[in-house]
Amino acid sequence: MIVRLSAVLAAPGLAAPGLAAPVLAALCLLTAPVFAQGAKPTDPQIAHVAYTAGQLDIDAAKQALEKSKNKEVRDFAQDMVRDHTEVNKQALALVTKLNVKPEDNDTSRALTKQAAAKRDELSKLSGAAFDKAYVANEVAYHKTVNGALESTLIPSANNAELKSLLQTGLKIFQGHQQHAEHVAADVK
Amino acid sequence: MKPGRISLAAFVALGLLSVPLQAGTIEVIVDKLVFAPVDVNAKVGDTVEWVNKDAFAHTATATNGDWNVTLAPKQNGQLVLKKPGTTDYFCKFHPNMKGRVIVAP
Repeated sequence: MIVRLSAVLAAPGLAAPGLAAPVLAALCLLTAPVFAQGAKPTDPQIAHVAYTAGQLDIDAAKQALEKSKNKEVRDFAQDMVRDHTEVNKQALALVTKLNVKPEDNDTSRALTKQAAAKRDELSKLSGAAFDKAYVANEVAYHKTVNGALESTLIPSANNAELKSLLQTGLKIFQGHQQHAEHVAADVK
Repeated sequence: MKPGRISLAAFVALGLLSVPLQAGTIEVIVDKLVFAPVDVNAKVGDTVEWVNKDAFAHTATATNGDWNVTLAPKQNGQLVLKKPGTTDYFCKFHPNMKGRVIVAP
């Protein structure tokens, strides 16, 4: 992902002087949403990203529960609501205990923007087409978040308890990714 | 040696001898998405008890479909082993959680 990103940045078209830096930054975030620019996130930022990532997956699951009639897809969505709600509950308890105020940041904003775009896209689908697109996005989304947790968020976390919660979160999200892959194979 | 002591020793010895013949309960701790121990060695009639320390729901689901134990958050689940053989199992919600039950006749 980082390699691809460098390639994008190095592309002559994008390096054109007319293109403003914020646009480039936005592009980076959309391609590889989580701190791909090498900036090390702080604990308040990490907490915000992790919480946002969980909340976005809960919102996606709620859309699936409104739209899908497929039992396996609905069961999966319910699992997502249950697990991510619990992880976020633990995250909130931890930041309260540590007196850390989660800090909004470009990565959280990019994730939120991407999720909104996906939600719009999925809202236009129904039946099997919706199920397939939702589950495919769940696989991709968990893969992205897991990559970010492994490569950036966990190594950057300073507080040991935050790191430990992120590590548990990673195991859960990896489980979700595998679960989503099983469901994806079934709704093909 | 007083007679009382002898009978106590005999009682203890008998007790110890009889333990392996009785069905036992083997505990598997489920913590932070890990089954520990991963491998359970048991015999027919034994019970496996999964102790879910996580605040997350899990399952212990045999890959061959023979059994499925639901583990609610912070709750235990039990399975009586009825036949010999080796069965791999996993958590349906988090398939990266894996374990194995090896049952001797």
